[in-house]
Amino acid sequence: MCEDCGCGLPGENPVGISAGHQHEHEDKRGHSHGQEHAQEHEHAHGPGEHHGHGHDQSHSHPHAHAHAHLQAQPRAGEGTDLAAPGAEAAEARRTVEVRRAILEKNDRLAERNRGFFRARGLLVLNVLSAPGSGKTTFLRETVRGLGPQLKAGVLVGDLATDNDAKRLRESGAPVVQITTGTVCHLEAEMVGRAVKQLDLNGLELLFIENVGNLVCPAAYDLGEDLRVVLLSVTEGEDKPSKYPPLFQGADVVVISKVDLAGACGYNRDLALADLGRVAPRARVFETSARTGQGMEAWREFLVQQHGARKARDPLAL
Amino acid sequence: MESALSLALDQARQAGARQVHVIRLRIGALSGVAPEALEFAFAALAPGTPAENAQLAIEHVPARFWCAACVREFAADDLIAECPGCHRLSGEVRAGREMELASLEIE
Repeated sequence: MCEDCGCGLPGENPVGISAGHQHEHEDKRGHSHGQEHAQEHEHAHGPGEHHGHGHDQSHSHPHAHAHAHLQAQPRAGEGTDLAAPGAEAAEARRTVEVRRAILEKNDRLAERNRGFFRARGLLVLNVLSAPGSGKTTFLRETVRGLGPQLKAGVLVGDLATDNDAKRLRESGAPVVQITTGTVCHLEAEMVGRAVKQLDLNGLELLFIENVGNLVCPAAYDLGEDLRVVLLSVTEGEDKPSKYPPLFQGADVVVISKVDLAGACGYNRDLALADLGRVAPRARVFETSARTGQGMEAWREFLVQQHGARKARDPLAL
Repeated sequence: MESALSLALDQARQAGARQVHVIRLRIGALSGVAPEALEFAFAALAPGTPAENAQLAIEHVPARFWCAACVREFAADDLIAECPGCHRLSGEVRAGREMELASLEIE
């Protein structure tokens, strides 16, 4: 469920994670995840101090007293029942300053992922686009082309099916499918769980293929190093200015399916101008996964980025 | 909205509230959040919680960018960060990414 579109109302299909083995195993894993999940929740709520401190102290002091008087044990009443004993004192209507980022929890878990990835020396890319822009084929061909030069793994998110995972496995890379049920984007917590299903030994690169969606995934940091947005030539040259938040956050923009440019009357100058306005700092690659055009430059970029990562963190595994 | 609501209910509980009257959110122009969508999700999620009769008050935070060349901040309404002084594009966001639970009115 995200802030943007109201997807994934509670009680609907839970998130599934599949490394593509037997179902029995998956089920058992699912259970153990549930437990980890619970722990993470507590972590996030209880000692939210790491990030919370600054905030809490800076703003809630004038109000903190009121809290203390009204309820001595704020965390005592678990669950949703707010009618705690001694609530008579709380009769008066009053304002409580909170000033907390709504996605603070996701951001915290994303930072945890980031630390984990860094320690493993993994370069992590969050790959986003509209449905049908060619993320899966692009990644399959990227991994295929890299071969043993850079060993890559893939996490792929979809609402349902493991079709994309199957297609990605054709590249020979280890792949974990995340099925989000009704949720329209990946969250840091899902990535943190799914990555445990990957054999990370020897992996240097991790691609996270996000759910196809140009809106909601923009708000969710997964702990990646680079955000890659795909835009196919069939989608219209002005897509970046129609969906600015996603493109503004892009480190890299890949214009895909350039082999179809002629067939769909794609205007390259217009597209690059639009992109330049919305995402002036993004690196742009123009590619066709089918013909291989532009793929070499993209792979060289990955090798160079991974090298830079290694130089920055020489002690990583 | 689920995270916004659960954060709000959490805070309300900690403050000893029985009922939440107003939930005030600050939503930046660059956050990607559509206020209408928030309201829709809120209507779906709030029933059965102490916030079911609460009003959702959304404060819009306009986007502001920094131009290093002109050493100034500027507002950009159409989300394109072109400095009105030098017409250069800026990637440095100063405000507008907010998605914040600002305050609660409780009882």
